[in-house]
Amino acid sequence: MSLHVPEKNWFRAPEGAEKLWIGVALVWCFVMSLMMPYWHFRGKQNAKGETYAVSAEAFMERTQQFVADNRVGEIDGVPVVEPAPGSDAYLVARMWDWYPILKLREGETYRIHMSSTDLNHGFSLQPMNMNFQVLPGYDHVITMTPTTTGEFPIICNEFCGIGHDRMIGKIIVE
Amino acid sequence: MSTVSTNSAALDSPGADSRTCGTTGLKVCLAAQRFIKLNAVAALVFLLLGGIAAILLALTRWQAVHLLPVDWFYRIITFHGLNMLIFWILFFEVAVLYFAATIPLKSRLFSRPVAWVSFGMMLVGAVMTNVVILQGKADVMMTSYLPLLAHPLFYLGIILVAVGTLIAVFNFFATLFIAKRDKTYEGSLPLVTYGAMAAAVIAVITLLHGAIVMVPTFTYSLGWTPEPDPMWYRMIWWGLGHMSQQVNVAAMVAIWYLIGYLAVGAKPVNETVCRGAFILYILFINLAAAHHLLVDPGVSPAWKMWNTSYAMYLAVLASMIHAFTVPASVEIAMREKGHSRGIFGWITALPWRNPGFSAAALSLVIFGFVGGITGVTLGTQQINIIAHNTMRIPGHFHATVVGGTTLAFMGLTYYVIPLIFQRDFIWRGMARVQPWLFGGGILLVSFGMSFAGSLGVSRRVHDIEYAGAYGPAAHLFLGLMGIGAIIAVFSLVAFVLMCVGTVLFGRKIEGRAMADWGVAESTVEAKPGSLAHAHWAMKGTMALTSVFLLCFAVYYFANWKALADVWPVQ
Repeated sequence: MSLHVPEKNWFRAPEGAEKLWIGVALVWCFVMSLMMPYWHFRGKQNAKGETYAVSAEAFMERTQQFVADNRVGEIDGVPVVEPAPGSDAYLVARMWDWYPILKLREGETYRIHMSSTDLNHGFSLQPMNMNFQVLPGYDHVITMTPTTTGEFPIICNEFCGIGHDRMIGKIIVE
Repeated sequence: MSTVSTNSAALDSPGADSRTCGTTGLKVCLAAQRFIKLNAVAALVFLLLGGIAAILLALTRWQAVHLLPVDWFYRIITFHGLNMLIFWILFFEVAVLYFAATIPLKSRLFSRPVAWVSFGMMLVGAVMTNVVILQGKADVMMTSYLPLLAHPLFYLGIILVAVGTLIAVFNFFATLFIAKRDKTYEGSLPLVTYGAMAAAVIAVITLLHGAIVMVPTFTYSLGWTPEPDPMWYRMIWWGLGHMSQQVNVAAMVAIWYLIGYLAVGAKPVNETVCRGAFILYILFINLAAAHHLLVDPGVSPAWKMWNTSYAMYLAVLASMIHAFTVPASVEIAMREKGHSRGIFGWITALPWRNPGFSAAALSLVIFGFVGGITGVTLGTQQINIIAHNTMRIPGHFHATVVGGTTLAFMGLTYYVIPLIFQRDFIWRGMARVQPWLFGGGILLVSFGMSFAGSLGVSRRVHDIEYAGAYGPAAHLFLGLMGIGAIIAVFSLVAFVLMCVGTVLFGRKIEGRAMADWGVAESTVEAKPGSLAHAHWAMKGTMALTSVFLLCFAVYYFANWKALADVWPVQ
């Protein structure tokens, strides 16, 4: 009778199977709620969103300094940079490339600073399919430990104009 | 001086403009009827535009076809998103609100001029936005994330649609007020009106977010004010973008209850439970903006966890409650009609050839099993790392908004046109298969997108070949999406043609009942009301919801496993 006024005194507690289902569903909701803090402390993959304010100019300057200090080569005109294990690395997202190419060591941990100098961009590392948002004005720090070796393309997965699909970067792990 | 009676909300008062429906015997306010018609017709036009855009997009992302050039691809995505997610759905929801506030309450519409202003603003806004997009001045996606900037008229158009909708929502609440004041009904609101009211409350909160984010963006695009912060924009925009989808959920659930009643005679097992679940939506769904910021900088993990779980998943609980109460009400009604064989015997006796019913039933299954399960899982804070901005996201929301909401709205249209436009449907055979084609097509689209996304394919990208990262499996799934889209869009176009054809050429219904789509029949063993206090009689529903919970848990934990396999990251 969903189209009509309900009978008087319709207010009553759930009973029988309905009550059971509400209880089961509530327990499941709590399980899902607790999984996130559990994984935060015990899991190895978290998006903690460590962030600092930064201007596009300042971030570009830090990246250039980082490239000058740690440059080990060049691929197609893009510098290849190898930071010391445990140190800070910088990655600029801009229309339409990722700068520079990072060379990392398997099993070592790096603090990768990511920011944009123009629009929103999306850091998407393939084929692991790990995705993080990159914004202008925000220095987003991802602490990452590569556990497989090879060359991994970074694609942009946030729309950033006509060259969006050609914005491909690279991380090399040895 | 006019007498009190002509201003009364009651439709049986002297001077009230109304007619009596030949099918249901309900009084229909003629002003409400006019605006239900206008808004429903506008909705169908935007649905058709969005559907044409959909097929162009699907045939572009299907790499073997790759139809559109790059600039038109991004233009048409922007167009598709706004027409489907905003214009089609908002216009239809306004029609639902005008229906729910008047006919079940035997009330007149509060104000005809206010309804005109609302409709005019929404229509001008929607047309303005579409023209600006097609002129190529707003290739910014529906989300228009700053610092991307569109032509000022793009934002102004969206603001007009939002304010126009708010005015319609005001008209809805004012109608509820005068109906209560003039006692056009006794007791509590009917459940359908109650659900529509929940949708309207959420709509107000949603549209205020829209105003907060769109007005400064509009003034910035004119050069009057400084640029809003891009992260602030994302957070508030999703207060509009995600929450507006919860308006759809509430409206869709109200329609499930309505069609359950129309086609099967179903009656809620416990009104308190159904209404309580709508309250949970209102209270907790406004946290949903966080779902889009899970891998963003600037917001803490605690903020992400609390908000993305809608405060311990209490809005998910609401949907899980409806997922039980809707089929339970149908099952009890069927068992009372004498279809009591085994656990599932009642299911085979349901009126599956009734397109209104089959659309609502498929909507419930697709929304729950595909849209709901994927949505909660992808919106888990850490799991979002392997899902954010991939094709898994459109894979999820095509199951909720298209397979769920749009299909439910289509189902309701099979009743709206005979009852409000007073025409019997043409092409009735086509109508009976249309929901099945649409549901099947959308399932293929959703699966194709989700699996491609699991392989890392990004959403909103013209060409995946440059990356050199995707193998034949990803291409296969994009092809599956393309085939699904062809089926779904074929069904959508057939639906719109049937509706337009019926409104123009359908056999007129004046003073007689509509041609019935088919309802659940009673057998000789029927015992009406016999199960009113049988609290364990819904055996089939218990079995189905158990299967649902099992699927949910398997998918959820499989995703934690997939997450555990990627590089450690903090």
